[in-house]
Amino acid sequence: MSSSASVISSRELRGREMTLVEALREALREEMRRDDRVILLGEDIGVEGGFGGAFTVTLGLSEEFGHHRVIDTPISEAAIAGVAAGAAMAGLRPVADVQYGDFLFLAMDQLANNAAKLRYMSGGKLAVPMVLRAPVGATTRGSQHGQSLEAFFMHVPGLKVACPSNPYDGKGLLKSAIRDDNPVIFFEHKLLYGSKGARKEKAGLQVAGIVPEEEYLIPFGEAKIVRPGRNVTIVANLLMVHRSMQAAEILASQSIDAEVIDVRTLVPFDWPAVFDSVKKTGRLIIVEEDNLTGGWGAEVAARVADDCIGYLDAPIRRVAAPDTPPPFAPIMEQFYVPSVERIVSTAKQVVVV
Amino acid sequence: MSEPLPDSEAKLTTQQRVVMYRRMLLCRMFEERVYYLFLEGRLPGTIHQSQGQEASAVGVCSVLRSGDMITSTHRPHSHAIARGVPVTSLMAELFAKDTGCCRGKGGSMHVGDRDAGMLPAIAIVGGGIPLASGYALAFKYLKQPNIVACFFGEGATNIGAFHEAVNMAAIWDLPVVFVCENNKYAASTAVEKVMKVKHVSERAQAYGIPGETVDGNDVEITYYAMQRAAERARAGKGPTLLEIETYRFAGHSRSDPGHYRAAEEVASWKERDPIARYEKQLSTEALITPEDMAGFKAAIDRELEEAIHLAERDPSPKPEDCLSDVFVS
Repeated sequence: MSSSASVISSRELRGREMTLVEALREALREEMRRDDRVILLGEDIGVEGGFGGAFTVTLGLSEEFGHHRVIDTPISEAAIAGVAAGAAMAGLRPVADVQYGDFLFLAMDQLANNAAKLRYMSGGKLAVPMVLRAPVGATTRGSQHGQSLEAFFMHVPGLKVACPSNPYDGKGLLKSAIRDDNPVIFFEHKLLYGSKGARKEKAGLQVAGIVPEEEYLIPFGEAKIVRPGRNVTIVANLLMVHRSMQAAEILASQSIDAEVIDVRTLVPFDWPAVFDSVKKTGRLIIVEEDNLTGGWGAEVAARVADDCIGYLDAPIRRVAAPDTPPPFAPIMEQFYVPSVERIVSTAKQVVVV
Repeated sequence: MSEPLPDSEAKLTTQQRVVMYRRMLLCRMFEERVYYLFLEGRLPGTIHQSQGQEASAVGVCSVLRSGDMITSTHRPHSHAIARGVPVTSLMAELFAKDTGCCRGKGGSMHVGDRDAGMLPAIAIVGGGIPLASGYALAFKYLKQPNIVACFFGEGATNIGAFHEAVNMAAIWDLPVVFVCENNKYAASTAVEKVMKVKHVSERAQAYGIPGETVDGNDVEITYYAMQRAAERARAGKGPTLLEIETYRFAGHSRSDPGHYRAAEEVASWKERDPIARYEKQLSTEALITPEDMAGFKAAIDRELEEAIHLAERDPSPKPEDCLSDVFVS
């Protein structure tokens, strides 16, 4: 295989079964033990008797590392992002978070105008090694707590963007993000967390995965072929990887062999992995929870058209949320978020059996 | 609000006073040369000039030490000069040269040089204030004996980032001094139209930190006020909101003739020109002679002439250099 993408199945891994929340927490703990410069900033992340951030990722970390490293902030997203950027330039490695990705709009100036541009504007003198973690995805919380925002940040030069779909990738990518000298926006899907107790998501997936005992890092810019196939390439991220895998199983029963690629990071993007796959299958579907227009899938479609047009046997299709805000009513939300059925029917449209 | 001055460092020495005078003169003469360079069409872009505000830049920055950091605004030239960013690299940046302090990627609104103690200026009003608090957080966390001086205008105190970042610095006792240069106008909008309180410094009460308003056209008053705030910050007692009342003689930007300001108002502030005032004060005290002043001006003229000469001859960046420095590779 000429692709730079790695093919890893959980069978090959030895380790413990962990949820994404546990894996992310372990990544933070390991990096904080390894490097004193790593600090956490966010709302409700270290309060005794609290809940370890909105989704329990930081639970227990203030007890181990103290409140000078697990810093509870006021409700001030612009300052959370800007303070993280300032501290990063001064030599720390802040990992900030917002409780819901939707709140990143409050921090947009600090992220897009400062964190992303200070290296550039300084003529290469400064670095801004910060991470901003943000939960995304529609989870019956309505329009302001359910958006998927990857495309906004993919569009800003100077920001890296990660979007892991499982505990193994979550841990390895978060550790890489913390060690990266660039600002990283790190998206986590609320239905993939596997949070327990009061923070458990009703519709959450059971996506506990094997996480090795030994340390590992996952480099940015390496997609993962989670299911090899011959007839159609399905490119997805976050929750949509899981829906695409379910769709692929259904398609397999109907003699359509889908290759599913988990992009893992959007910036940098593993273009060779997608190009190689499309050259093999001749068909491409992009599945994203983001709104259709101007989503990251549009960029993938354009690049594939540029590089692989001669290999395509069918139009490139996108399965995305419609151009509406996320609705509240579960029945509408289920319509809004790309479903397994939509992926299956789209695949059947492009693959002539 | 001000605490009594400690005995050490209480008084400026004669040499320091003369240095401050000369530094203000450099700021003024730099801006005047730049103004004409723009009129002559020799510089690209836009400029926001700071003639009249030199006592603020120099008074504040003269208190700072090596390792301290400043953040600045879209009006950064005097801050950069006062902090010690080399005039040659400043001028080269305005000429969009590869030798500029931002290698031609910043321009007038983003001049700065971390090694000289100045972050690239942030040209979104108020946008640099969270960065200042963050930098100060790192100083405190790393137990470095340094402080941040965060410059912004009175207009910035109406933006959310100011509230969020000053509050954070206050609750965590961060070593930062918030230096508000109240030059009375946010672009063309008079401060009275957009602020209910009389003084920006009153806003400090909302954060539980000291606030002080000083005559920012008196460089020594500004220096001593900054010294008190800086000592407080270095002692771990947290931030101060220092309001420096001043006035810009120029328009908001290169295209602004300033018709929204009464001629009498401009004239009255020009009577309080910080450089002329200090010149008079130092002359009265017989610390400088007319010959000294003429000598300074001649030397600065030569320095600026040389900087312009170098900048014009310096290489431009290559067009494709625009592609680098987006990421640390």
